[in-house]
Amino acid sequence: MTTVIGFFEHLGGRATSAIHRLGFASRFLLLTLRNSGMCFRRFSLIVREIYFAGVLSLIIILVSGLFVGMVLGLQGYDTLVRYGSSSALGVLVALSLVRELGPVVAGLLFASRAGSAITAEIGLMKATEQLAAMEMMAVDPIARVIAPRFWAGVISMPLLAAMFSAMGVFGGYLVGVRLIGVDEGSFWSQMQAAVDFQEDILNGVIKSVVFGVAVTWIAVFEGYDAPPTAEGVSGATTRTVVTSSLTILALDFMLTAFMFRGA
Amino acid sequence: MLTKLATDNLVEVDNVNFAYDSRQILKGVNLAIRRGQVVAIMGLSGCGKTTLLRLIGGALRPSAGEVRVGGRAVAKLSHDELFALRRKMGMLFQFGALFTDMSCYDNVAFQMREHTDLPEELIDDLVLMKLQAVGLRGAHQLMPSELSGGMARRVALARTTALDPMLIMYDEPFAGLDPVSMGVIGQLIRRLNDSLGATSIIVTHDVAEALQLVDYVYFMSDGMIVTQGTPDELRASDKPFVHQFVHGEMDGPMPFHYPAEDYGRDLFAGKA
Repeated sequence: MTTVIGFFEHLGGRATSAIHRLGFASRFLLLTLRNSGMCFRRFSLIVREIYFAGVLSLIIILVSGLFVGMVLGLQGYDTLVRYGSSSALGVLVALSLVRELGPVVAGLLFASRAGSAITAEIGLMKATEQLAAMEMMAVDPIARVIAPRFWAGVISMPLLAAMFSAMGVFGGYLVGVRLIGVDEGSFWSQMQAAVDFQEDILNGVIKSVVFGVAVTWIAVFEGYDAPPTAEGVSGATTRTVVTSSLTILALDFMLTAFMFRGA
Repeated sequence: MLTKLATDNLVEVDNVNFAYDSRQILKGVNLAIRRGQVVAIMGLSGCGKTTLLRLIGGALRPSAGEVRVGGRAVAKLSHDELFALRRKMGMLFQFGALFTDMSCYDNVAFQMREHTDLPEELIDDLVLMKLQAVGLRGAHQLMPSELSGGMARRVALARTTALDPMLIMYDEPFAGLDPVSMGVIGQLIRRLNDSLGATSIIVTHDVAEALQLVDYVYFMSDGMIVTQGTPDELRASDKPFVHQFVHGEMDGPMPFHYPAEDYGRDLFAGKA
């Protein structure tokens, strides 16, 4: 009996702690938004962070996009050819990428490459008293360090997802048209006819913006909240990757349910 | 005369208590720091020195009592007022806390760019002058990772004085330095304080170095000021606490051993 009560107490404690932390993270996000004016007035601060979060993530995004597109080309052809619809390969590749795989896989890669780097950098700045020093110099670290990184992530993520999808379509083309021999005209024309700007592309962009906000919010919060020790920063970096990945998958399901329920 | 004395003090700590949750750190601390002086706050690790410094800088709020800087109660200032006050303060952190993604030059220029509209040409001159004052003008392009501990502390000192503050606080400025670097930092602290007409507070447990350069010393133990005086008064003091601290004696009012059970009983426990 005591064990059962202990179990529920432990469960309740974990739940309360999680809700408390979510509230703290929400306040932190509001504070970041409220202190974002300065980094938009000095846009070079955001541009610098876009380089670190976005440009340096390009290699992993582009290479992954290419391979995902090539695999889609192979798998898609294998299935479509059974129904005599191999000419629809372009549609399958494009819709899979633009609606789902582009935002989701790019988001997961962005969380592991850029999100973890943002958390580690901010956590180390805290551990080495750089944030405290900044505050003592009458410079708000939320405005100077957090907000530029947050907005850089929000801006970079949809661009990376778009590049992932474009590279994926190219990969599908290489395998489907160049390697297997699907008709090039039908590959592109069917894709052009079937992919709707508002229904598919815009919804994909909305997804990637939402994922960008979620991943970067988690990354900056975990860094800022990290205990100022080596273990603290390492734990925060791991939490960023795990929490971001799960959040992306959960948000993807919810967004898909709303966006494509009648399609 | 009383009014004049009151305005002579740049920092006044008035019966301040401070606790982290239930752990009492400071217990009724009183001290006054006169303008233009270099004052040391000394004591063993964990006695509340750094906490006191953070209270003066407004990073913490006292649970009772008042900290006044320039006659204004720091804990009662709004966010903007506190930041305005901090522009007139400088703080050197224990290991420099240089921004690791910026060169020495950019570290020193940081506050000038954040708080002033000075043209880059003027900032360039000012940064080189600040680095020249600490002997590191030639290292302005180096990154913090390329500096030795002593050099990093000197760059941090140049950054601390970038906007000519009225109050400079030093948190363990001699920690981890070789004797030469320690002497250099000590001399720079004194020279910069006098040339800027500033007031300096040094939190340290390095007795020999501190007593050479400061005007006045407060000794802290267990969250309280236990004694105070000029360096000469403290060297001549026969108070057991001061004597032990100044002469680095192993045992005394500050015991060498952490409280424990009887040694003999511990050794032979269970062997009978």
